[in-house]
Amino acid sequence: MSRSPSNLLYAKTHEWADVSAEDGGKVATIGISAFAIQQLTDLVYMDLPSVGSKVSAGEEFGEVESVKAVSPLYSPVDGEIIEVHGELPENLESLKGDPYDFGWIMKVRLTDESSLGKLLDHAAYEKQCSEEA
Amino acid sequence: MASFAGFDMPIQYESIVTEHHACRTSAALFDVSHMGRLRFDGEGSEQLLDHLLTRRVNDLPIGGIRYSLMCNEEGGVLDDVLVSHLETPSQRRFHLLVVNASNREKIIQWITPHVADFPTVTMSDRTELTAMIAIQGPKAVEVTSRLFKVNVERLKRYRGVITEQFKKPVIVTRTGYTGEDGFELIVRAEEATRVWENLLLAGRAVGFKAAGLGARDTLRLEAAMPLYGHELSEQINPIEAGLAFACDLNDRNFIGDQALREITTNGPSRIRVGLVFDGKRPVREGCSVLDTDDKTVGYVTSGAPSPTLGRPIAMAMVESRLIDFESGTSKEELRIDNRGTVQPATTTALPFYRANR
Repeated sequence: MSRSPSNLLYAKTHEWADVSAEDGGKVATIGISAFAIQQLTDLVYMDLPSVGSKVSAGEEFGEVESVKAVSPLYSPVDGEIIEVHGELPENLESLKGDPYDFGWIMKVRLTDESSLGKLLDHAAYEKQCSEEA
Repeated sequence: MASFAGFDMPIQYESIVTEHHACRTSAALFDVSHMGRLRFDGEGSEQLLDHLLTRRVNDLPIGGIRYSLMCNEEGGVLDDVLVSHLETPSQRRFHLLVVNASNREKIIQWITPHVADFPTVTMSDRTELTAMIAIQGPKAVEVTSRLFKVNVERLKRYRGVITEQFKKPVIVTRTGYTGEDGFELIVRAEEATRVWENLLLAGRAVGFKAAGLGARDTLRLEAAMPLYGHELSEQINPIEAGLAFACDLNDRNFIGDQALREITTNGPSRIRVGLVFDGKRPVREGCSVLDTDDKTVGYVTSGAPSPTLGRPIAMAMVESRLIDFESGTSKEELRIDNRGTVQPATTTALPFYRANR
């Protein structure tokens, strides 16, 4: 299973969401984009949220630290965390080469799908990145 | 790029960790032109500086360089500096004070009224007319020394000389802020780019890298070198900062001497210590240091993940009653409040890293 960036949705704050149907609802797998990882460099620590916690679109769910700074991570969706990627904090170097597959951070069962409408598609996200760079 | 003391400077050229490792294994180049360079000419320069600095200057030989503090009357640190005594090829002697970029104006304002007491002395700010480049690492000296007219390999640590590089004047000092061997070079501003490129080219084959402020900070932290605004400030005296070695208190007078003698006699109430941590979460400046009753007994002055040690490190000011001065270790367990999470802290003797020389 290989995730293609062009099929994903993005928050303005550089998190990606891969939404799939599951058990009559929707589950979003969340990670950070290659663009963001390139800006961050020298990642040393990540704090994963707990399974069972609720997340709200646009609100902080965790942090990632580089040598120089702490960067907040914002949830692109509303929902409840059903799984977190336990191996990721010990393997942050792999984020650089693989932000979309191994780089998944958490899986969220959506409680409110309206947040999806506020996310950018790949083309719109790329445009935002080129303006930022 | 970031704004630092009014200068536009790179935090990194490619990656802080890569640049840091290059410095420890090969060499790294730092543009440190932002630092203030003040020149003192004329009879009486030694006496003037001797009066202003915690370190003796009136017996500083030609070519000698000393690390010193400049204090106010209360013994609070105005800046940490390097003072050099140099001679030009035409045998003109002068003293050079290298100061922190952020303190340059403050130090000039502080010194100016004192210069008036020495009518034969002139102080000139050479900062904008010159550039300064540091080349630091185990391969720094062997690769770059052939670029200079004088054999700088024979220059001892904390010694400097005025020589030429491709027929242009350069001050070469065997000093640095990384804990590695190497040089700091002062050249005319218009020569800066050429010198920088010569150095990078000379070391390309052995892995020289340009390094920014990010690596400069992680390197100096591992070497336990203080940074003004963190381990030093006007509210901190050199004794509690662990810099008694840079204070010559006997048989001389300088601004702040009385205060420092008292602090030395009574012992400082707090002291700088080194801390190391397990796990990967960095501990950063401002975090409180706690005792086993969760009472605040100090604060972190600088902290970062150490690329060389592979774990987070920090320096902190801690109540001196808790610390054994000899070993630099704490007499009881200390903890850190890391943005809401309390974690254990282990004290360690400084520096965290020493180069094999």
